[in-house]
Amino acid sequence: MSHFFTSPVGKKFIMSITGIFLMLFLIVHLSVNSLLMVGSDAFNSAAHFMVTNPFIRILEPILALGFIIHIIYSAYLTLQNQRYRPVRYKKVDRWGSTTWPSRNMFILGVLILIFLVIHLSNFYWKVRFGHLDTVMVEGTEMENLYGLVSGLFINWWWYDVIYILGALFLGLHLSHGFWAAFQSLGWDNDLWRIRLKRIAYVFAVIMGVGFASIPVYFLITSG
Amino acid sequence: MKVQLKIWRQPNAQTKGQFVDYSLNDINPEMSFLEMLDALNKQLIEKGEDPVAYEHDCREGICGSCGLFINGRPHGPEKEVATCQLHMRSFRDGQTIVVEPWRAQAFPVIKDLIVDRSAFEKIMDAGGFVSVDTGSAPEANSTPVKRQHAERAFDAGVCIGCGACVAACKNSSATLFVAAKISQLALLPQGKPEAKRRALNMVAKMEELGFGSCTSTEACEVECPKSISLDHIARMNREYLKASFSEEKD
Repeated sequence: MSHFFTSPVGKKFIMSITGIFLMLFLIVHLSVNSLLMVGSDAFNSAAHFMVTNPFIRILEPILALGFIIHIIYSAYLTLQNQRYRPVRYKKVDRWGSTTWPSRNMFILGVLILIFLVIHLSNFYWKVRFGHLDTVMVEGTEMENLYGLVSGLFINWWWYDVIYILGALFLGLHLSHGFWAAFQSLGWDNDLWRIRLKRIAYVFAVIMGVGFASIPVYFLITSG
Repeated sequence: MKVQLKIWRQPNAQTKGQFVDYSLNDINPEMSFLEMLDALNKQLIEKGEDPVAYEHDCREGICGSCGLFINGRPHGPEKEVATCQLHMRSFRDGQTIVVEPWRAQAFPVIKDLIVDRSAFEKIMDAGGFVSVDTGSAPEANSTPVKRQHAERAFDAGVCIGCGACVAACKNSSATLFVAAKISQLALLPQGKPEAKRRALNMVAKMEELGFGSCTSTEACEVECPKSISLDHIARMNREYLKASFSEEKD
Protein backbone atom coordinates (compact mmCIF):
# COMPACT_ATOMS: atom_id res chain seq x y z
CA MET A 1 0.00 0.00 0.00
CA SER A 2 2.85 2.40 0.89
CA HIS A 3 4.25 2.23 -2.65
CA PHE A 4 0.89 2.05 -4.39
CA PHE A 5 0.62 5.68 -5.55
CA THR A 6 4.18 5.73 -6.89
CA SER A 7 4.00 2.31 -8.59
CA PRO A 8 3.43 2.04 -12.37
CA VAL A 9 -0.01 0.51 -11.76
CA GLY A 10 -0.91 3.01 -9.01
CA LYS A 11 -0.02 6.05 -11.11
CA LYS A 12 -2.30 4.80 -13.87
CA PHE A 13 -4.97 4.16 -11.21
CA ILE A 14 -4.82 7.86 -10.29
CA MET A 15 -5.07 8.90 -13.96
CA SER A 16 -8.00 6.57 -14.39
CA ILE A 17 -9.99 7.62 -11.29
CA THR A 18 -9.51 11.36 -11.98
CA GLY A 19 -10.31 10.74 -15.66
CA ILE A 20 -13.60 9.00 -14.84
CA PHE A 21 -14.48 11.82 -12.42
CA LEU A 22 -13.79 14.42 -15.14
CA MET A 23 -15.89 12.42 -17.63
CA LEU A 24 -18.83 12.51 -15.18
CA PHE A 25 -18.36 16.28 -15.00
CA LEU A 26 -18.41 16.49 -18.82
CA ILE A 27 -21.82 14.75 -18.88
CA VAL A 28 -23.26 17.37 -16.49
CA HIS A 29 -21.51 20.21 -18.34
CA LEU A 30 -22.83 19.18 -21.76
CA SER A 31 -26.33 18.60 -20.39
CA VAL A 32 -26.50 22.16 -19.02
CA ASN A 33 -24.83 23.68 -22.08
CA SER A 34 -27.17 22.03 -24.54
CA LEU A 35 -29.89 24.28 -23.05
CA LEU A 36 -28.12 27.16 -24.88
CA MET A 37 -29.80 25.78 -27.99
CA VAL A 38 -33.21 25.69 -26.25
CA GLY A 39 -33.38 29.33 -25.27
CA SER A 40 -32.09 32.10 -23.01
CA ASP A 41 -34.51 31.52 -20.11
CA ALA A 42 -33.86 27.76 -19.98
CA PHE A 43 -30.08 28.20 -19.96
CA ASN A 44 -30.08 31.14 -17.52
CA SER A 45 -32.28 29.21 -15.07
CA ALA A 46 -30.05 26.12 -15.25
CA ALA A 47 -26.90 28.23 -14.86
CA HIS A 48 -28.46 30.11 -11.93
CA PHE A 49 -29.27 26.78 -10.27
CA MET A 50 -25.68 25.58 -10.75
CA VAL A 51 -24.16 28.83 -9.41
CA THR A 52 -26.40 28.96 -6.32
CA ASN A 53 -26.66 25.25 -5.46
CA PRO A 54 -24.58 24.53 -2.30
CA PHE A 55 -23.82 20.96 -3.44
CA ILE A 56 -22.34 22.27 -6.70
CA ARG A 57 -20.35 24.87 -4.72
CA ILE A 58 -18.79 22.06 -2.66
CA LEU A 59 -18.02 20.04 -5.79
CA GLU A 60 -16.30 22.98 -7.51
CA PRO A 61 -12.96 22.82 -5.62
CA ILE A 62 -13.04 18.99 -5.83
CA LEU A 63 -13.46 19.29 -9.60
CA ALA A 64 -10.54 21.73 -9.75
CA LEU A 65 -8.48 19.25 -7.74
CA GLY A 66 -9.48 16.47 -10.14
CA PHE A 67 -8.19 18.53 -13.09
CA ILE A 68 -4.96 19.45 -11.27
CA ILE A 69 -4.14 15.86 -10.24
CA HIS A 70 -4.95 14.52 -13.72
CA ILE A 71 -2.70 17.15 -15.33
CA ILE A 72 0.20 16.85 -12.88
CA TYR A 73 0.25 13.05 -12.93
CA SER A 74 0.08 12.96 -16.74
CA ALA A 75 3.03 15.36 -17.02
CA TYR A 76 4.97 13.35 -14.43
CA LEU A 77 4.21 10.03 -16.13
CA THR A 78 4.97 11.33 -19.62
CA LEU A 79 8.31 12.87 -18.61
CA GLN A 80 9.25 9.70 -16.75
CA ASN A 81 8.28 7.41 -19.65
CA GLN A 82 10.37 9.52 -22.08
CA ARG A 83 13.52 8.61 -20.17
CA TYR A 84 13.18 4.87 -20.74
CA ARG A 85 14.29 4.98 -24.39
CA PRO A 86 17.50 7.04 -24.41
CA VAL A 87 18.45 5.94 -27.98
CA ARG A 88 15.58 6.34 -30.44
CA TYR A 89 14.80 4.04 -33.36
CA LYS A 90 15.86 5.18 -36.83
CA LYS A 91 12.69 3.83 -38.36
CA VAL A 92 9.37 3.28 -36.57
CA ASP A 93 6.30 1.91 -38.31
CA ARG A 94 3.28 2.22 -36.05
CA TRP A 95 0.62 2.25 -38.76
CA GLY A 96 -1.89 -0.44 -38.03
CA SER A 97 -0.58 -1.32 -34.59
CA THR A 98 -1.87 1.64 -32.57
CA THR A 99 -4.32 4.52 -32.93
CA TRP A 100 -3.11 8.13 -33.18
CA PRO A 101 -4.97 9.32 -30.04
CA SER A 102 -3.54 6.44 -27.96
CA ARG A 103 0.01 7.51 -28.82
CA ASN A 104 -0.67 11.23 -28.41
CA MET A 105 -2.77 11.48 -25.25
CA PHE A 106 -0.32 13.94 -23.70
CA ILE A 107 -0.26 16.23 -26.75
CA LEU A 108 -4.07 16.14 -26.89
CA GLY A 109 -4.10 16.82 -23.15
CA VAL A 110 -1.85 19.88 -23.55
CA LEU A 111 -4.09 21.21 -26.35
CA ILE A 112 -7.16 20.69 -24.12
CA LEU A 113 -5.34 22.47 -21.27
CA ILE A 114 -4.64 25.48 -23.54
CA PHE A 115 -8.31 25.46 -24.51
CA LEU A 116 -9.29 25.19 -20.84
CA VAL A 117 -7.33 28.34 -19.97
CA ILE A 118 -9.04 30.27 -22.79
CA HIS A 119 -12.41 28.79 -21.79
CA LEU A 120 -12.04 29.72 -18.10
CA SER A 121 -10.97 33.28 -18.94
CA ASN A 122 -13.96 33.64 -21.31
CA PHE A 123 -16.64 32.53 -18.89
CA TYR A 124 -15.66 31.28 -15.44
CA TRP A 125 -13.46 34.26 -14.62
CA LYS A 126 -16.15 36.74 -15.71
CA VAL A 127 -18.92 34.95 -13.78
CA ARG A 128 -16.87 34.61 -10.60
CA PHE A 129 -14.96 37.87 -10.53
CA GLY A 130 -16.60 40.16 -13.10
CA HIS A 131 -19.90 42.01 -13.23
CA LEU A 132 -22.62 40.68 -15.50
CA ASP A 133 -25.93 42.22 -16.53
CA THR A 134 -28.93 40.68 -14.85
CA VAL A 135 -32.24 39.49 -16.31
CA MET A 136 -35.57 38.53 -14.78
CA VAL A 137 -36.65 34.91 -15.38
CA GLU A 138 -40.05 33.96 -13.90
CA GLY A 139 -39.76 36.56 -11.17
CA THR A 140 -36.16 35.76 -10.17
CA GLU A 141 -33.32 38.15 -10.88
CA MET A 142 -30.26 36.31 -12.25
CA GLU A 143 -27.06 36.98 -14.16
CA ASN A 144 -27.49 36.90 -17.94
CA LEU A 145 -25.01 34.09 -18.74
CA TYR A 146 -26.81 33.37 -21.98
CA GLY A 147 -25.97 36.90 -23.11
CA LEU A 148 -22.29 36.38 -22.25
CA VAL A 149 -22.03 33.06 -24.16
CA SER A 150 -24.09 34.03 -27.19
CA GLY A 151 -22.30 37.41 -27.38
CA LEU A 152 -18.92 35.68 -27.56
CA PHE A 153 -19.97 33.16 -30.18
CA ILE A 154 -21.89 35.67 -32.35
CA ASN A 155 -19.38 38.54 -32.23
CA TRP A 156 -16.04 36.73 -32.49
CA TRP A 157 -15.94 34.05 -35.15
CA TRP A 158 -12.45 32.86 -34.17
CA TYR A 159 -13.77 31.89 -30.75
CA ASP A 160 -16.21 29.58 -32.56
CA VAL A 161 -13.24 27.99 -34.31
CA ILE A 162 -11.33 27.63 -31.01
CA TYR A 163 -14.33 26.00 -29.31
CA ILE A 164 -14.93 23.61 -32.22
CA LEU A 165 -11.24 22.61 -32.12
CA GLY A 166 -11.43 22.21 -28.34
CA ALA A 167 -14.37 19.83 -28.75
CA LEU A 168 -12.48 17.89 -31.42
CA PHE A 169 -9.40 17.48 -29.21
CA LEU A 170 -11.62 16.42 -26.30
CA GLY A 171 -13.40 13.83 -28.45
CA LEU A 172 -10.08 12.35 -29.61
CA HIS A 173 -8.74 12.32 -26.03
CA LEU A 174 -11.86 10.51 -24.81
CA SER A 175 -11.86 8.00 -27.68
CA HIS A 176 -8.80 6.42 -26.02
CA GLY A 177 -9.13 7.70 -22.46
CA PHE A 178 -12.54 6.24 -21.73
CA TRP A 179 -11.54 2.65 -22.51
CA ALA A 180 -8.01 3.01 -21.11
CA ALA A 181 -9.42 4.25 -17.77
CA PHE A 182 -11.26 0.96 -17.29
CA GLN A 183 -8.28 -1.07 -18.52
CA SER A 184 -6.05 0.62 -15.90
CA LEU A 185 -8.59 -0.19 -13.18
CA GLY A 186 -8.48 -3.82 -14.26
CA TRP A 187 -12.12 -3.78 -15.35
CA ASP A 188 -11.46 -5.42 -18.67
CA ASN A 189 -11.39 -8.83 -20.31
CA ASP A 190 -11.88 -10.34 -23.77
CA LEU A 191 -15.62 -9.59 -23.66
CA TRP A 192 -15.62 -6.19 -21.94
CA ARG A 193 -12.78 -4.83 -24.03
CA ILE A 194 -14.98 -4.82 -27.14
CA ARG A 195 -17.93 -3.38 -25.19
CA LEU A 196 -15.91 -0.67 -23.46
CA LYS A 197 -14.26 0.37 -26.72
CA ARG A 198 -17.65 0.74 -28.40
CA ILE A 199 -19.00 2.75 -25.48
CA ALA A 200 -15.80 4.85 -25.61
CA TYR A 201 -16.36 5.78 -29.26
CA VAL A 202 -20.03 6.58 -28.68
CA PHE A 203 -19.14 8.70 -25.61
CA ALA A 204 -16.32 10.47 -27.50
CA VAL A 205 -18.61 11.27 -30.45
CA ILE A 206 -21.44 12.52 -28.18
CA MET A 207 -19.01 14.77 -26.26
CA GLY A 208 -17.09 16.00 -29.32
CA VAL A 209 -20.13 16.66 -31.51
CA GLY A 210 -22.19 17.88 -28.53
CA PHE A 211 -19.76 20.59 -27.46
CA ALA A 212 -18.93 21.56 -31.07
CA SER A 213 -22.63 21.92 -31.92
CA ILE A 214 -23.00 24.94 -29.58
CA PRO A 215 -20.68 27.37 -31.48
CA VAL A 216 -21.99 25.89 -34.76
CA TYR A 217 -25.56 26.63 -33.62
CA PHE A 218 -24.71 30.29 -32.90
CA LEU A 219 -22.81 30.63 -36.19
CA ILE A 220 -25.83 29.34 -38.14
CA THR A 221 -28.57 31.17 -36.23
CA SER A 222 -26.75 34.51 -36.21
CA GLY A 223 -26.44 34.29 -39.98
CA MET B 1 16.39 -11.20 -55.07
CA LYS B 2 18.44 -8.16 -54.06
CA VAL B 3 18.23 -6.34 -50.74
CA GLN B 4 19.80 -3.16 -49.35
CA LEU B 5 20.52 -3.43 -45.64
CA LYS B 6 21.04 -0.70 -43.06
CA ILE B 7 22.34 -2.50 -40.00
CA TRP B 8 23.22 -1.06 -36.60
CA ARG B 9 26.87 -1.80 -35.84
CA GLN B 10 28.27 -1.21 -32.37
CA PRO B 11 31.48 -2.96 -31.22
CA ASN B 12 30.50 -2.95 -27.53
CA ALA B 13 28.35 -1.22 -24.91
CA GLN B 14 30.92 1.54 -24.31
CA THR B 15 31.50 2.53 -27.96
CA LYS B 16 29.06 4.63 -29.97
CA GLY B 17 27.32 2.73 -32.76
CA GLN B 18 26.26 3.67 -36.28
CA PHE B 19 24.31 2.33 -39.26
CA VAL B 20 26.32 0.56 -41.95
CA ASP B 21 24.94 -0.11 -45.45
CA TYR B 22 25.29 -3.53 -47.08
CA SER B 23 23.83 -4.82 -50.32
CA LEU B 24 23.20 -8.47 -51.03
CA ASN B 25 22.48 -10.08 -54.40
CA ASP B 26 21.22 -13.61 -55.06
CA ILE B 27 19.06 -13.88 -51.96
CA ASN B 28 16.60 -16.76 -52.17
CA PRO B 29 13.10 -15.50 -51.22
CA GLU B 30 12.53 -18.74 -49.30
CA MET B 31 15.46 -18.00 -46.98
CA SER B 32 14.62 -17.02 -43.43
CA PHE B 33 15.70 -13.57 -42.28
CA LEU B 34 18.42 -15.11 -40.12
CA GLU B 35 19.72 -17.21 -43.05
CA MET B 36 19.97 -13.97 -45.04
CA LEU B 37 22.07 -12.50 -42.19
CA ASP B 38 24.17 -15.70 -42.23
CA ALA B 39 24.78 -15.14 -45.96
CA LEU B 40 25.87 -11.57 -45.21
CA ASN B 41 28.16 -12.75 -42.41
CA LYS B 42 29.75 -15.36 -44.69
CA GLN B 43 30.67 -12.58 -47.12
CA LEU B 44 31.98 -10.38 -44.28
CA ILE B 45 34.13 -13.20 -42.89
CA GLU B 46 35.52 -13.96 -46.37
CA LYS B 47 36.51 -10.29 -46.67
CA GLY B 48 38.13 -10.46 -43.24
CA GLU B 49 35.55 -8.11 -41.64
CA ASP B 50 33.77 -8.49 -38.31
CA PRO B 51 30.48 -10.38 -38.83
CA VAL B 52 27.19 -8.85 -37.64
CA ALA B 53 26.46 -10.12 -34.11
CA TYR B 54 22.87 -11.19 -33.54
CA GLU B 55 21.23 -13.54 -31.06
CA HIS B 56 19.62 -16.82 -32.15
CA ASP B 57 19.10 -20.28 -30.80
CA CYS B 58 16.19 -22.59 -31.69
CA ARG B 59 15.16 -20.96 -35.00
CA GLU B 60 11.72 -22.47 -34.36
CA GLY B 61 10.04 -19.45 -32.78
CA ILE B 62 10.00 -20.79 -29.25
CA CYS B 63 13.21 -19.68 -27.54
CA GLY B 64 12.72 -15.91 -27.77
CA SER B 65 16.35 -15.01 -28.48
CA CYS B 66 16.15 -13.69 -32.05
CA GLY B 67 14.46 -10.32 -31.49
CA LEU B 68 15.37 -7.74 -34.14
CA PHE B 69 13.68 -4.42 -34.94
CA ILE B 70 13.13 -4.73 -38.69
CA ASN B 71 11.85 -1.82 -40.79
CA GLY B 72 10.30 -0.11 -37.81
CA ARG B 73 8.63 -3.16 -36.25
CA PRO B 74 9.73 -5.81 -33.75
CA HIS B 75 10.25 -9.13 -35.58
CA GLY B 76 9.49 -7.41 -38.92
CA PRO B 77 6.34 -6.95 -40.98
CA GLU B 78 4.56 -10.30 -40.47
CA LYS B 79 2.09 -11.03 -37.68
CA GLU B 80 2.66 -13.68 -35.00
CA VAL B 81 6.17 -14.65 -36.03
CA ALA B 82 9.54 -14.28 -34.37
CA THR B 83 12.44 -13.01 -36.51
CA CYS B 84 13.63 -16.59 -37.18
CA GLN B 85 10.30 -17.43 -38.82
CA LEU B 86 10.29 -14.33 -41.00
CA HIS B 87 11.17 -15.10 -44.60
CA MET B 88 12.69 -12.94 -47.31
CA ARG B 89 9.52 -13.39 -49.43
CA SER B 90 7.95 -10.85 -47.05
CA PHE B 91 10.15 -8.15 -48.64
CA ARG B 92 10.23 -6.65 -52.14
CA ASP B 93 13.12 -7.20 -54.53
CA GLY B 94 15.56 -4.32 -54.05
CA GLN B 95 13.92 -3.12 -50.83
CA THR B 96 15.93 -1.27 -48.19
CA ILE B 97 15.67 -3.04 -44.82
CA VAL B 98 16.63 -1.21 -41.62
CA VAL B 99 17.76 -3.60 -38.87
CA GLU B 100 18.09 -2.27 -35.31
CA PRO B 101 18.49 -3.80 -31.86
CA TRP B 102 15.68 -3.43 -29.27
CA ARG B 103 15.90 0.12 -27.93
CA ALA B 104 15.24 0.45 -24.20
CA GLN B 105 17.16 1.75 -21.24
CA ALA B 106 16.66 -1.62 -19.51
CA PHE B 107 17.99 -3.53 -22.57
CA PRO B 108 21.49 -2.11 -23.16
CA VAL B 109 23.27 -3.09 -26.38
CA ILE B 110 26.03 -5.67 -25.85
CA LYS B 111 27.21 -5.78 -29.47
CA ASP B 112 25.62 -4.85 -32.82
CA LEU B 113 22.09 -6.29 -32.66
CA ILE B 114 22.43 -8.15 -29.35
CA VAL B 115 20.92 -6.59 -26.25
CA ASP B 116 21.17 -7.64 -22.63
CA ARG B 117 17.73 -8.94 -21.66
CA SER B 118 18.76 -10.19 -18.22
CA ALA B 119 16.33 -7.61 -16.75
CA PHE B 120 13.58 -10.11 -17.63
CA GLU B 121 15.36 -12.78 -15.58
CA LYS B 122 15.54 -10.40 -12.62
CA ILE B 123 11.78 -9.74 -12.89
CA MET B 124 11.18 -13.51 -12.94
CA ASP B 125 13.42 -13.91 -9.88
CA ALA B 126 11.21 -11.39 -8.07
CA GLY B 127 8.22 -13.76 -8.13
CA GLY B 128 7.60 -15.47 -11.48
CA PHE B 129 7.55 -18.92 -9.95
CA VAL B 130 5.63 -21.23 -7.61
CA SER B 131 7.42 -22.30 -4.43
CA VAL B 132 6.30 -25.89 -4.06
CA ASP B 133 8.26 -28.99 -3.28
CA THR B 134 8.97 -30.96 -6.37
CA GLY B 135 8.35 -34.67 -6.35
CA SER B 136 6.44 -37.21 -8.33
CA ALA B 137 3.55 -35.97 -10.47
CA PRO B 138 0.37 -35.50 -8.38
CA GLU B 139 -2.80 -37.43 -9.10
CA ALA B 140 -4.43 -35.78 -12.12
CA ASN B 141 -7.84 -35.00 -10.65
CA SER B 142 -6.73 -33.92 -7.17
CA THR B 143 -6.57 -30.21 -8.12
CA PRO B 144 -9.47 -29.26 -10.39
CA VAL B 145 -8.88 -26.31 -12.75
CA LYS B 146 -11.69 -24.56 -14.62
CA ARG B 147 -11.29 -25.06 -18.36
CA GLN B 148 -11.48 -21.30 -19.11
CA HIS B 149 -8.80 -20.61 -16.52
CA ALA B 150 -6.56 -23.38 -17.84
CA GLU B 151 -6.89 -22.00 -21.38
CA ARG B 152 -6.26 -18.39 -20.38
CA ALA B 153 -3.28 -19.45 -18.25
CA PHE B 154 -1.92 -21.30 -21.29
CA ASP B 155 -2.48 -18.23 -23.52
CA ALA B 156 -0.32 -16.23 -21.09
CA GLY B 157 2.13 -19.10 -20.63
CA VAL B 158 3.15 -19.09 -24.30
CA CYS B 159 5.21 -15.93 -23.68
CA ILE B 160 8.76 -16.63 -24.90
CA GLY B 161 10.28 -13.57 -23.19
CA CYS B 162 11.64 -12.15 -26.45
CA GLY B 163 11.14 -8.52 -25.41
CA ALA B 164 9.13 -7.43 -28.47
CA CYS B 165 6.56 -5.85 -26.13
CA VAL B 166 9.25 -3.61 -24.64
CA ALA B 167 10.66 -2.83 -28.09
CA ALA B 168 7.23 -1.90 -29.47
CA CYS B 169 6.04 0.16 -26.51
CA LYS B 170 6.54 3.91 -26.77
CA ASN B 171 7.32 3.90 -23.03
CA SER B 172 9.63 0.83 -23.19
CA SER B 173 7.26 -0.81 -20.74
CA ALA B 174 7.55 -4.49 -19.87
CA THR B 175 3.94 -4.56 -18.68
CA LEU B 176 2.77 -7.24 -21.15
CA PHE B 177 5.64 -9.57 -20.16
CA VAL B 178 5.06 -9.04 -16.42
CA ALA B 179 1.29 -9.32 -16.87
CA ALA B 180 1.60 -12.59 -18.77
CA LYS B 181 3.64 -14.10 -15.92
CA ILE B 182 1.44 -12.74 -13.10
CA SER B 183 -1.76 -13.65 -14.95
CA GLN B 184 -0.67 -17.19 -15.84
CA LEU B 185 0.11 -18.07 -12.22
CA ALA B 186 -2.83 -16.14 -10.71
CA LEU B 187 -5.25 -18.19 -12.82
CA LEU B 188 -3.99 -21.55 -11.56
CA PRO B 189 -4.56 -22.98 -8.08
CA GLN B 190 -0.82 -23.67 -7.65
CA GLY B 191 -0.05 -19.97 -8.13
CA LYS B 192 -2.76 -18.50 -5.90
CA PRO B 193 -1.07 -18.74 -2.45
CA GLU B 194 1.73 -16.41 -3.60
CA ALA B 195 -0.38 -14.25 -5.95
CA LYS B 196 -0.33 -11.08 -3.82
CA ARG B 197 3.37 -11.06 -3.09
CA ARG B 198 4.13 -11.99 -6.71
CA ALA B 199 2.09 -9.09 -8.14
CA LEU B 200 3.63 -6.53 -5.78
CA ASN B 201 7.22 -7.74 -6.19
CA MET B 202 7.26 -8.25 -9.95
CA VAL B 203 5.69 -4.83 -10.67
CA ALA B 204 8.13 -3.16 -8.25
CA LYS B 205 11.07 -4.92 -9.90
CA MET B 206 9.89 -3.86 -13.36
CA GLU B 207 9.90 -0.23 -12.30
CA GLU B 208 13.22 -0.52 -10.48
CA LEU B 209 14.92 -1.90 -13.60
CA GLY B 210 13.89 1.09 -15.71
CA PHE B 211 10.86 -0.01 -17.71
CA GLY B 212 8.10 2.55 -18.31
CA SER B 213 4.43 2.34 -17.42
CA CYS B 214 1.57 1.12 -19.60
CA THR B 215 -0.49 3.69 -21.52
CA SER B 216 -2.65 1.04 -23.23
CA THR B 217 -1.66 1.85 -26.84
CA GLU B 218 -1.96 -1.90 -27.58
CA ALA B 219 1.27 -1.91 -29.65
CA CYS B 220 2.66 -4.78 -27.53
CA GLU B 221 -0.25 -7.09 -28.27
CA VAL B 222 -0.04 -6.42 -32.02
CA GLU B 223 3.73 -6.98 -32.16
CA CYS B 224 3.87 -9.96 -29.76
CA PRO B 225 4.88 -13.06 -31.79
CA LYS B 226 2.57 -15.08 -29.52
CA SER B 227 -0.32 -12.53 -29.63
CA ILE B 228 -0.54 -12.27 -25.85
CA SER B 229 -3.62 -10.23 -25.05
CA LEU B 230 -3.90 -6.94 -23.17
CA ASP B 231 -6.56 -8.71 -21.11
CA HIS B 232 -3.69 -10.12 -19.07
CA ILE B 233 -2.61 -6.55 -18.25
CA ALA B 234 -6.10 -5.84 -16.92
CA ARG B 235 -5.85 -9.00 -14.81
CA MET B 236 -2.43 -7.92 -13.55
CA ASN B 237 -3.89 -4.51 -12.60
CA ARG B 238 -6.70 -6.27 -10.71
CA GLU B 239 -4.21 -8.53 -8.95
CA TYR B 240 -2.00 -5.58 -8.07
CA LEU B 241 -4.92 -3.48 -6.77
CA LYS B 242 -6.21 -6.41 -4.71
CA ALA B 243 -2.75 -7.08 -3.32
CA SER B 244 -2.10 -3.40 -2.51
CA PHE B 245 -5.28 -3.00 -0.51
CA SER B 246 -5.13 -6.33 1.33
CA GLU B 247 -1.44 -6.63 2.09
CA GLU B 248 -0.57 -8.59 5.20
CA LYS B 249 2.59 -8.88 7.25
CA ASP B 250 4.68 -11.93 6.43
